[in-house]
Amino acid sequence: MDLTRKLEILADAAKYDASCASSGAARKDSRDGKGIGSTGGMGICHSYTPDGRCVSLLKVLLTNACLYDCHYCINRRSSNVQRARFTPEEVVQLTLDFYKRNYIEGLFLSSGIVRSADHTMEQVIEVARQLREVHHFRGYIHLKTIPEASQALIDKAGRYADRISINIELPSQQSLDRLAPEKNLTNTKQAMHGIRQRIDESLEAKKAARQILNRPRVKAPAFATGQSTQMIVGADDSSDALVLHRADELYREVRLRRVYYSGFSPIPEPSVLLPIKPPPLVREHRLYQADWLLRFYGFDVGELLPKEEPNLDLDLDPKLAWALRNRAVFPVDINRASQELLWRIPGLGTVNVARILAARRWSRLTLADLQRMRVNLKKVMPFIVAADHRPRIALLESTHLRQHFLPGPRQLELNFNAPPPTTPADAAMALSGQL
Amino acid sequence: MTITAQIQPTFEAWRSKARELLRHGVAPENVDWVDASQTASLLAEEPSCYQTTPNASVKVPADFLRLAANVCAHTDERRFDILYRLLHRLTIGGEKHLLSMPSDRDMHQCNAWARAVSRDIHKMHAFVRFRLVGLNESNGREQFVAWFEPEYRITRLAAPFFEKRFASMDWSILTPDACVSWDGEKLTFMPGMSRHDAPSADAHDDLWRTYYRSIFNPARLKVQAMQSEMPMKYWKNLPEATIIHDLIGSSEKRVCTMIATPERPVKPMPDNAYLRTLHQRRTKS
Repeated sequence: MDLTRKLEILADAAKYDASCASSGAARKDSRDGKGIGSTGGMGICHSYTPDGRCVSLLKVLLTNACLYDCHYCINRRSSNVQRARFTPEEVVQLTLDFYKRNYIEGLFLSSGIVRSADHTMEQVIEVARQLREVHHFRGYIHLKTIPEASQALIDKAGRYADRISINIELPSQQSLDRLAPEKNLTNTKQAMHGIRQRIDESLEAKKAARQILNRPRVKAPAFATGQSTQMIVGADDSSDALVLHRADELYREVRLRRVYYSGFSPIPEPSVLLPIKPPPLVREHRLYQADWLLRFYGFDVGELLPKEEPNLDLDLDPKLAWALRNRAVFPVDINRASQELLWRIPGLGTVNVARILAARRWSRLTLADLQRMRVNLKKVMPFIVAADHRPRIALLESTHLRQHFLPGPRQLELNFNAPPPTTPADAAMALSGQL
Repeated sequence: MTITAQIQPTFEAWRSKARELLRHGVAPENVDWVDASQTASLLAEEPSCYQTTPNASVKVPADFLRLAANVCAHTDERRFDILYRLLHRLTIGGEKHLLSMPSDRDMHQCNAWARAVSRDIHKMHAFVRFRLVGLNESNGREQFVAWFEPEYRITRLAAPFFEKRFASMDWSILTPDACVSWDGEKLTFMPGMSRHDAPSADAHDDLWRTYYRSIFNPARLKVQAMQSEMPMKYWKNLPEATIIHDLIGSSEKRVCTMIATPERPVKPMPDNAYLRTLHQRRTKS
């Protein structure tokens, strides 16, 4: 099989992993003239495909042959998809060739499970080892890790990678038992804890190394700077509350950098256990918004998803939905309120809240000031008091307030091929995370 | 009296002129900024037009200089004027807190320009595509050339990124406004060139298109989301952009094929020791 065909099969096999980040790596570059590449600071999206996703890393599987039978996955053993396998050298060369042309930030390597977890992990690590040790590659490397692999191998992967990840895939063992019978939630969480420990140790060592003055720099043992995971949404019947509680638990317990939510999307080779459904794109988008509120806006899962409403409102963003349920909090005076309260105003993102806090030290802010900060006035006005504005209390108390924010009437989307339209503003919000 | 400040359209030129004007206490409304590269007139500037003796140099915050560097790279002809007014207000005008007032009109305008420039720099870092043109026979270094058309005059601001990342290759980036090349020792800047001076293809472009085609998921078409991040103005220099149209056009048919595929039955578990341990773990718990 030629390289082009392999690339076709093994990129196609990798596309259902939504993770694309190339940010947050330790600062490194190749100004010493040895090797190639740099990381640090902002990640870069080198291209975008018509599905709206960014292309940042060369995302491929080493092989799509797999022992596991995960029914949402095109590579499961029951699928009749054509199988292929890269040699480590082929992936290394492809990564370097693509990198030198500035197509990519680095490599995201995963693999189907062949023979055993450890055997597979060794193959994946070998690619990263060659890149780092033979070619002195300083670009970004993200390695997918198998939770059943031995701790020694996971440690080794972490030494070469900027990021490692284990996909939790589904939020409960019950769902895993049905759709991914080889996967075990407890085991996955244990492996994540192990990775967290190594990341923490490496951070501690770096801190300690910085504090040693007047001595030759002790090089801290390198380890990936972060871990992430992915949950598939819409393949099982888990509620948004279950998904977000699981995500929240992982953010707190193993300090994940990111949880990716991947709407279950039709795959070639559908499984008899999991018939094809339209991808729940809006639900995925709402989950990302809620995730952002948990991490950067001080919300709890319980506030976003009260017991009686375990699923997010698909028509309204989760902060707005929360505000409509908690109208007594409003109106909030933007010239006096605390940062925490400003964060809760629908239509204000963390960046604009920081701008407001800086600017109001010098003058009382008006609606025109907000407009110059590019705040969506229609959205914030019912909720705020500004120097020249008080909302109509009648509107804030009105039962029609929800109507005020609903998108215009649209046809019921039954056509599978036309996913509900996302406005450019919505898409931009999804990317920047601004709410 | 109005002073004509005729400068090359660079941050360095603006800074040194602005410094001089500020030391003489010249008010912003008395300066007429002229882009020397845009005017044919070789209007010689009166060197001693100032009516006062210069003051000691004025200090400005580093944040302002960072903002000014980006604003100067913009192409709006009012930029030097508004930037000088901002500088004047910040120093002689005593409005020290101006930089933390994003709602101020001048700040708002300069921030908008700086943001547009910084986005353009980011997009240049992302969308430059190097083409392999040869090998330096004396030292064995690979030589790459790229053609890029930025919206603003950002070549100098964008170049250090490529130096850090591609230090071990020889490379040149050609743009209509300025060119830069790296030989392993230093960055060299040259005047702009034309598209015809750059190579038009690379042997790896096909492989890259293969990757781009395969990583695209036809079941979740979101063309607007793609275009908001990768505007069409960049497409003409991106090798992968030539297949975007086909990918969009064929996606519906591909999804229909998936739906029409008969669902695959579950195959029996193969005989594998590792798999057995996983399933035993399941029955135990």
